[in-house]
Amino acid sequence: MLIINCPHCGPREESEFACGGEAHIARPLAENSISDAEFADYLFLRDNPKGLFLERWRHSAGCRRWFNIARDTVSHEIIEVYPMGALPRKKDALATHAASWRRDTAAEKAAERAAQKAQKPAQKPAQKPARQKAAAKKAPGKRGGK
Amino acid sequence: MASHQPDRGQRGLPGGKPKYSAFAIAKKAMNYHQDWQRAWRDAAPKDEYDVVIIGGGGHGLATAYYLAAVHGMANIAVIEKGWLGGGNTGRNTTIIRSNYLWDESAAIYEHALKLWEGMTQDLNYNVMFSQRGVLTIAHSEHELREMSRRVHAIRLNGIDSEILGPAEIKKFVPTINIDQSIRYPVMGGFLQKRGGTARHDAVAWGYARAADDLGVDIIQNCEVTALRRERSKITGIETTRGFIKTPRVGCVVAGHSSVIAAMADIRLPLASRPLQALVSEPIKPILDTVIMSNAVHMYISQSDKGEMVLGAGVDKYNSYAQRGSFPVPEHMLAAAVELFPVLSRLRMLRHWGGIVDTCPDASPIISKTDVEGLYFNCGWGTGGFKATPGSGHVFADLIANDRPNKIAAPYDLNRFRTGLLIDEHGAAGVAH
Repeated sequence: MLIINCPHCGPREESEFACGGEAHIARPLAENSISDAEFADYLFLRDNPKGLFLERWRHSAGCRRWFNIARDTVSHEIIEVYPMGALPRKKDALATHAASWRRDTAAEKAAERAAQKAQKPAQKPAQKPARQKAAAKKAPGKRGGK
Repeated sequence: MASHQPDRGQRGLPGGKPKYSAFAIAKKAMNYHQDWQRAWRDAAPKDEYDVVIIGGGGHGLATAYYLAAVHGMANIAVIEKGWLGGGNTGRNTTIIRSNYLWDESAAIYEHALKLWEGMTQDLNYNVMFSQRGVLTIAHSEHELREMSRRVHAIRLNGIDSEILGPAEIKKFVPTINIDQSIRYPVMGGFLQKRGGTARHDAVAWGYARAADDLGVDIIQNCEVTALRRERSKITGIETTRGFIKTPRVGCVVAGHSSVIAAMADIRLPLASRPLQALVSEPIKPILDTVIMSNAVHMYISQSDKGEMVLGAGVDKYNSYAQRGSFPVPEHMLAAAVELFPVLSRLRMLRHWGGIVDTCPDASPIISKTDVEGLYFNCGWGTGGFKATPGSGHVFADLIANDRPNKIAAPYDLNRFRTGLLIDEHGAAGVAH
C-alpha cells in the first residue's frame, strides 16, 4: 500500500487515488502537422522504465485534483510530489524528465514554440502600468493553483 | 499440429532421451527411483548460436522447441536470468480458453487450444491439461446481452461457446450463490467446455525437456546486459556469462520487454503492471470448473491438490517489483466470498505477484522490428499462459522464415501506426 502525500489533503492511502500514467506528454497541436507514426507515439507509446518514473495521479476519492509524482517502479518509493504543469525539483527526477525520448518529439517542440509565442505578447504590454496591475492580480491565482 | 509427431512405437524421444511411461515408473520403482535421468542439461553458453531466445518461460521454451521440432534448427539457446519457469509461467492461475471476440484473437487462441489438446502426448510429459470448462459470469442485464453477442461471434469462428441461465449455472456449479439479492447477482454466464486448466510448471518443464532432447541449450542464471548491433542488424548479445554471437534474437521476456527493447533503442507501447494471485489451504473438491467474472474482478478454480486458486485484475500503476498492493486481493476476496459463501472461513496460504506487459489494445505483439534479426513476442498482458503453445508455434515460424504467418501477421508492431488494433478489452480487460 502506497501512502501518497496529496499536495492539497496530506498523506492518504493509495486506494483514494487513481493513477493517470506517464506525465509530461504534450498533445499535438492543430498547427503542427505530424505523421501517423508520430501521432501513434503520442497516443500509444508510454515510457515503461524500470526505475524512476514521472507519472500523473489524481486524488479521485478526495479533492479530485491532479498532480505529478516521481516514483521508483522497483522499490515503489515516492521521491517527489509536485504540481501539474511544473517540473520536478529533485535532481534525479529532473534528469529523468530531460532524458526522455519524448522531449525530442514534434508535439513537444510545437508545444514549446506555442508557449513561447503566448509569452511574448503578454510580456510587452506588461510594461504599461495599467496592464501590470491586471497581471499582478492573475499571479496569486496561479500560485494558489500550485 | 506440428509436422513433428513423436513416434508412439519408438523407445525414446526423437533426440534419444528415454520416454516417460507407466512402465518406466514401475521399472524405476525396483531401484527406489534413484536412476531417473535429468530432464534437461544445465548448459553453459557456447560462443555462437543460430538463434538465441531471451526468456526461459513457457513461451520462450515453446518457441525453442518448435524451432527445433518443426523448423529443424539445431543450434539454439534459451537464456534465462533466473531459473526456468520462475517468472510469470510459475505465477499465473493456469486458465486456458479460446473464447475471444475478434477473428484474429480466435485464430491464435484456438490454435493454442488445439495444441494444448495434444501437448501431453507431443511432449511425452503430463501437463495435466484438464478441460473442465471455463464459465464467465454476467452480473447485469447489459453484460448478459453483450455476452450473448460475443457468444454468437465466437460460435461463428467455430469455437464452442454457450449461454447459461442462473438455474443452469447452479446445476453446473452447486457451490455458487445465485441469490438475486446480493450486490452483484448472477444473471447468467457463458461457458466454453473445452477450456480448463493445466499444470503450469509442467508446461515449462515439458517444453524444456523436449527442447533439450532436440539439442537446445537451456542456460539459466544468465541475464542479458546489452544487444550488440552492426548497421541495424543484430550480431550478438552481451550477458552476465559473456558475449554470445548470434544473427537472430527472439525476445520473450513479458514484463521486462521494454527493458530489452530499450537496449536496441526500440520503444514498445507496453506498461508493466503487477498481476496478483493467491491460493488457499487445500480442501476437499468443491469446484470442478473455472469461474470468471469481469465485473467483480475475480476468477477462481480448484487445483488438483485441493487449493482454491484465485486471481484478480492488474494493479493500477506500473511496477517491476513482483508484488502488488493489498486493496486488489481484498477486493477480489470480497467478490469471491459473495459468490461462494462456503469460502468465507478459508485461510489463504500463499500470495504473489507477477509483472505482466499490458498493451493498449489488450492483444499481444508478435513482430519483427526495425533491427534486422531482432524479434519480439510480448504484450500478452494478463492472459499469456493460455496462449503458450500457440504463441511459441507462430513465433518460431516468424523467426525461422523471417516473415509472420497468417496467424501472427495481425499482431505486428505496426498496427499501432496503421490503426488496425485488435481491441480485446471486452474479453480480456480483467481476467484474461
